[in-house]
Amino acid sequence: MSNKKNWPLWEVFVRSKNGLEHRHCGSLHAADEEMALENARDVYTRRSEGVSIWVVESKHITASNPEHNGELFEPAQDKVYRHPTFYDLPDEVKHM
Amino acid sequence: MSEEQIKNLEAQFEARIARDEKIEPKDWMPEKYRKTHIRQMSQHAHSEIVGMLPEGNWITRAPSLRRKVALLAKVQDEAGHGLYLYSACETLGVSREELYEQLHSGKAKYSSIFNYPTVTWADMGAIGWLVDGAAIINQVPLCNTSYGPYARAMVRVCKEESFHQRQGYEIMIKLANGTAEQKEMAQDALNRWWWPSLMMLGPTDAESIHTEQSMKWKLKRKSNDDLRQQFIDQTVPQAELIGLTIPDPDLKWNEEKGVYDFGEINWDEFWQVVKGHGPMNKERMKARVDAWEEGQWVRDAAMAYAEKKQERKEKRVV
Repeated sequence: MSNKKNWPLWEVFVRSKNGLEHRHCGSLHAADEEMALENARDVYTRRSEGVSIWVVESKHITASNPEHNGELFEPAQDKVYRHPTFYDLPDEVKHM
Repeated sequence: MSEEQIKNLEAQFEARIARDEKIEPKDWMPEKYRKTHIRQMSQHAHSEIVGMLPEGNWITRAPSLRRKVALLAKVQDEAGHGLYLYSACETLGVSREELYEQLHSGKAKYSSIFNYPTVTWADMGAIGWLVDGAAIINQVPLCNTSYGPYARAMVRVCKEESFHQRQGYEIMIKLANGTAEQKEMAQDALNRWWWPSLMMLGPTDAESIHTEQSMKWKLKRKSNDDLRQQFIDQTVPQAELIGLTIPDPDLKWNEEKGVYDFGEINWDEFWQVVKGHGPMNKERMKARVDAWEEGQWVRDAAMAYAEKKQERKEKRVV
């Protein structure tokens, strides 16, 4: 067994065509960013699934904790006035 | 956490799954859910990786360029599928290295079908047609499994897998319509791969220890016996269509039930292979371990190069 470090984990984001956003499609291990890009090309775009790839080392991603979902996301639930349907309009107004 | 709190969380968790909600990596989950998923997903990943070996055997000897590019692409897909699944598994907090270690030490299992040898070119046809056919039947229901990363990996895998089965069947069609010798080769491959393919769908429901819990977690959506029946019913007409005979004297259409009745499966053979006594178990593991160990210096060199580049970059900034 080698005492060297293992290749770090990278997250892969692919833009399937211009005009669309990059979407997370999976992860892989690679020694550096160049290899991560090359591996991402081979693993995630073998059937023309992409025109652009982003890779970022997984450790650089900060994620919210699902245990805090209550305080993070529930306050939005009672703010119906942020949606257009909250406002009454006369029927004569067809589109607004 | 008190026992009662845990019970409470478990009840909420089961209710979420029952409502068809997905579970994501950072969500709370019972330890058993985590362990079961690591076991199943890693077994699945290992099967993809070991599954490259029997076919890799024929890449250099494919009979034409058309066959060769297809086989290469299929084996490359399998490497990719192994990777999607290992990554999904890693989201549950197990490292890639631990997973490899479990495979290489024999602690983890992989699909027993890959412990059979590939002795003729027709085996490439039979594997694609039968083994990938059985795998697809197993995998399609998993696209809706409860664990998000597993379900997403399976969607990708299933999309890619349908070409695998078609390329295999095409090989069989060509051979079955070829010379007498070629047709015999195709029949011989079917004879050897038929029963192991049926076994691949797992022990009978009565013997299967994981089914009930796995059904609840949507890790399994149909029982092994149902999947097997589906595979047989779908495959028999495909064999007839190309003039090959399923090697089962008891196989008969059951008009009343609308399915095929079939003969007894040799489960002793299945358990022997699972326990490591199949024709190729030792060779497969040796090939896998050799590849990993002989590649160590390449992985180390790549890491050393990456670190050196990083150091240089940092120096320049200073």
